[in-house]
Amino acid sequence: MIEAIPPGLLLILGGLLLPVVPERHRKAVMVCVPLLGLGLLGLTPLGTELTYSLFDYELTLTRVDSLSRIFGVIFHLAAALCAVYAWHDKDLLQQVAAMTYAGAAIAATFAGDLITLFVFWEGTAITSVFLIWARRTERAYRSGMRYLVIQVASGVLLLSGAIVWYSSTGSLEITGWTRDGDHLRGMFAFDSLESAHPAALLVLLSFGIKAAFPLLHNWLQDAYPEATVTGTVWLSSFTTKLAIYALARCFAGTELLIPIGATMTAFPIFYAVIENDLRRVLAYSLNNQLGYMVVGVGIGTELALNGTAGHAFAHILYKGLLFMGMGAVIHRVGHCDGSDLGGLWRKMPLTTLFTTIGAMAISAFPLFSGFVTKSMILSAAAIEHHTVTFGVLLFASAGVFHHSGIKIPFFAFFAHEREYDREITEAPKNMLIAMGIAAFLCIFIGCVPAPLYALLPFDMEHLHWIPYDITHVVTMMQLLLFSALAFVFLQKFGLYPPELRSTNVDFDWVYRKGGKRAVVGLGRLADSVYAGARDRLYLEAGSVSRRIRSYHSPGGPLGEPWPIGSAAIAAAVILVIFLAMGWMG
Amino acid sequence: MSHEDLPPSVDPKITRIIVWALFVVCTAFVAADLFYDKAAHTHYDFENLVGFHAAYGFLSCVGLVLAAAQMRKLVMRSEDYYDRD
Repeated sequence: MIEAIPPGLLLILGGLLLPVVPERHRKAVMVCVPLLGLGLLGLTPLGTELTYSLFDYELTLTRVDSLSRIFGVIFHLAAALCAVYAWHDKDLLQQVAAMTYAGAAIAATFAGDLITLFVFWEGTAITSVFLIWARRTERAYRSGMRYLVIQVASGVLLLSGAIVWYSSTGSLEITGWTRDGDHLRGMFAFDSLESAHPAALLVLLSFGIKAAFPLLHNWLQDAYPEATVTGTVWLSSFTTKLAIYALARCFAGTELLIPIGATMTAFPIFYAVIENDLRRVLAYSLNNQLGYMVVGVGIGTELALNGTAGHAFAHILYKGLLFMGMGAVIHRVGHCDGSDLGGLWRKMPLTTLFTTIGAMAISAFPLFSGFVTKSMILSAAAIEHHTVTFGVLLFASAGVFHHSGIKIPFFAFFAHEREYDREITEAPKNMLIAMGIAAFLCIFIGCVPAPLYALLPFDMEHLHWIPYDITHVVTMMQLLLFSALAFVFLQKFGLYPPELRSTNVDFDWVYRKGGKRAVVGLGRLADSVYAGARDRLYLEAGSVSRRIRSYHSPGGPLGEPWPIGSAAIAAAVILVIFLAMGWMG
Repeated sequence: MSHEDLPPSVDPKITRIIVWALFVVCTAFVAADLFYDKAAHTHYDFENLVGFHAAYGFLSCVGLVLAAAQMRKLVMRSEDYYDRD
């Protein structure tokens, strides 16, 4: 079945054909095509491969295994949900961009070689930027441009890595994990930077940009909050999770990823606490959630990799749901700045309910999806005795509840009563349906994790690990409830920082301000060097021209008429010189 | 209008009930540590202390928020900071 229509290409084709579909049918096509793709994927047995030849190279367009399948399933599901959420939107540009973007992400997931991966990797960058530009503001345009430059750079690094790898090994194939005791290792896994293959470092940098590694992360917090209401929901589902998939596939068991991931879980939450734009808070929190998955990849045991894959699945749903909730607020209120929101629960009760469910899921409350997936990564870190990492992950878990679990619903829907400059009503029906389905799945996965566990790369029964043992439940409840208590304590004593309209500078200052200043400074320097050189040249040219004029003007040594005898002697001397040269040569 | 001048969105009576309920549930979950074999599923000795995760969660959040509030002094700029040339 899959030989006929490779996953991802169906969505790309669907997206490209959307302009010729009558407008009234477009939305239905956008929902049905991902569902059709999901159905086809369901019929495709594990191990299916589709290869093709390009010049002298044998490339693998599609390879379905247990890791690519779970990401493929959630990507299709997310695309269908996003399409329902965007049902009210008639912007053809966004519709085409969104469908082709989702298709490129799915196609990249099933890529069996580095070149195919590169093509669709860049495909996700080029298509998704239109979801930012579609906001049609100067700010969005600039943000989109920065996003595009960084995303394309990631692709270029991937291509460079592929070329270096090919020249060294003669192969472009993305191979499966190898086993090293209890640990799995990806094809590019390394033990130390010195022992790493140069290609592995290039590819890691490429994946690291898309996975928002520390210092490479700012494109995410910069661009996602600037995209359209529906665009951000699409964006939050694919790019970073594709990077997590690629990391898991190629770098499983690389211990360097453990401290990188742990840093990712911890530092964004400080920003999330003080950020005012609630979609930017969610972008920081997204970065934090990616950290757990990166830690899981670094640990590289079966439980850890199951945790990474499962957490990515759950995360796409609850993070999408949270962005949907904030998108609904923007749709109705016009913005989602915490400093100017509050009291919306009376006006948007269902949005409040669904967003709160998303908040509970991301906080990993028992009976919600985050709990049954994140616990795997926490347990894996503890089992492998990564003590500091375990401590950081616990800290970050408490922090997530604080900024995503409490802050988002509290400041948007509760906090203070507020007058709005327009009549606020509940979100449109299509948004409510999408949020309702996502909320249902967050609870369903939390209460009945077995269907999700069945999709994971390794058999959970064989791992002898269950989420709902009394220790997991009680310790997690303690952590979360006392985080809530801390919020109450800080609010009560006036220690909680108020929501303020502001910009918080992050590492992107380096290229948005520092870099800009450096470039402007260099430009000025070049300008002054050029001006100096030009003036000097004019000066020199002037003096040469004056000298020539003085020789040739009337009264100058060459300006006077020569006697005929002098001319004859001069001609004879030149002739003799030429003759001598001819005789010698 | 500053935040303090705005009326709370939820009736303070209900808020008080929620906060008291939170106290009760928090106490119950710490007490729960005494009634099961915690060590059976933990991986570190420090985790077995009664109320360890409760204290860790509380202190983490207080520390996080206070540190983040201080961080504002370092990183906070006006809203149009990047829009100005």
